[in-house]
Amino acid sequence: MSASQKLLWVFGGIVALLSVASATGWLLQRRKGDTAVIRNLNERVRAWWLMVAVLGACFWAGAAATLIVFALISFFALREFITLTPTRASDHKPLAIAFYVLVPLQYWLIHLQWYGLFSIFIPVYAFLGLPAIAVFAGDTEQFLERITKIQWGVMIAVYCISYAPALLVLDLRGFHGQGALLLLYLMLVVQISDVMQYVFGKLFGRHKLAPLVSPSKTVEGLVGGGLAATAIGAAMWWITPFTPLQSALMSLLIVACGVLGGLALSAVKRSLGAKDWGSMIEGHGGMMDRMDSVSFAAPIFFHITRFFFSG
Amino acid sequence: MMERAAAAGLVGLTRLLVGARAQWRAEPGAGQSLYFANHCSHLDTLAIWSALAPAQRAVTRPVAARDYWNKPGLRTYLSGRVLRAILIERRRDERAGDPLEPVFAALAGGDSLILFPEGTRTADRLPQPFRGGLFRIAETFPALNLVPAYLDTLHRSLPKGSHVPLPLYCTVRFGAPLARQTGEARDGFLARAHAAVCALADPARGAAA
Repeated sequence: MSASQKLLWVFGGIVALLSVASATGWLLQRRKGDTAVIRNLNERVRAWWLMVAVLGACFWAGAAATLIVFALISFFALREFITLTPTRASDHKPLAIAFYVLVPLQYWLIHLQWYGLFSIFIPVYAFLGLPAIAVFAGDTEQFLERITKIQWGVMIAVYCISYAPALLVLDLRGFHGQGALLLLYLMLVVQISDVMQYVFGKLFGRHKLAPLVSPSKTVEGLVGGGLAATAIGAAMWWITPFTPLQSALMSLLIVACGVLGGLALSAVKRSLGAKDWGSMIEGHGGMMDRMDSVSFAAPIFFHITRFFFSG
Repeated sequence: MMERAAAAGLVGLTRLLVGARAQWRAEPGAGQSLYFANHCSHLDTLAIWSALAPAQRAVTRPVAARDYWNKPGLRTYLSGRVLRAILIERRRDERAGDPLEPVFAALAGGDSLILFPEGTRTADRLPQPFRGGLFRIAETFPALNLVPAYLDTLHRSLPKGSHVPLPLYCTVRFGAPLARQTGEARDGFLARAHAAVCALADPARGAAA
């Protein structure tokens, strides 16, 4: 089967799944009435249709379009991060550079397939460059706190998220030109893990996992959802360069990173005094609420895959 | 037709750039309104105007500084034809007669207005003391809804002295119209109006959008 045939099969499967979800939501609403949970469920499913449509359009239009869409995702994620962060007027220049220079530049480097630079550009050059620029504003009040928050926002929203589309340019043994499948695999496992944890949590959730950090996460949701997502990921081995067992381990890794990312960024969000990152995606909150697990899973998945499977 | 397309474009651009989401803490009063807000950036006028519902926006005109908006080219077109702004002379030596004259004329004609009673932009989170114009307007038009508004985050997006707006999500919080007290003195009224705007600066209170 060729790569594009595999893509079609996977997208066909997603559309079938979403159709089942939409039908279930519609039935629930008819049988149990218009409760808050059901309304939120239906909003989420509708948003999923939109997100899958965007991802599908990306794959259809090619690598450049995918990079542009992910650059926009980073831009919106950074926007939410900085909006919640109390910056001062003297942070204006480093922030303008983060939004208007670092975001396009990072994705441009990926487009050039310049691994040696895109993998260190933000952790080295931006990390040192941002405080170097900020210091010229001459404002020392809470300098470390202010600059750290900008660095954090750029690392998570730009650098970490950019590793997802960087899978497109990863050259693996016997897997040439099939990066799109790897990106689809990552997004699928991460998002299915989130969805399954939500579903298992709503159905069987008893024990709260971390009530202060993320009140909706439960132990039952984590275990049930995580295992289900790992199983689904393992069953997707045929779109990856992995064997079924390797695929199961990779999925488990993605799920684990995703969970940790969700928890850590939820703690960040709460320390900034918010419940949702934003209101961009109906029913889900903001862009960062949907990308928090991706931002932790993508770089780890990229580097582990590169280490073991690159040609 | 051109003006309506330009207005839609302007609203879209403002939303894209700085969000400009409206948050109504109270039901917007029916009838003619004057929205008064803190002033921290050149985008304030556009942010409030974009945050209003389309029906409100159609009858609302901003009061703006002539020295900023009357520059030839795009600004004159936008302020004159699209925003239908009422331009005020701020420089005392250029003034002939009452600078608020055009404001009174517009209110008498039934328009709703956006006004920044500080008169100038401030870099701080909370507004400076209000100037007297708001009191004179309130006195002359006792039936006018005086709606306080607070522009959140916009002072971070385009602080005084910078030219590149940061694409942060800015919120415009509207409060309940100011209660009218007959015979209230100028200073007391202005302090009360000022406090009404400051009260909206706290994002935690009355979180219902």
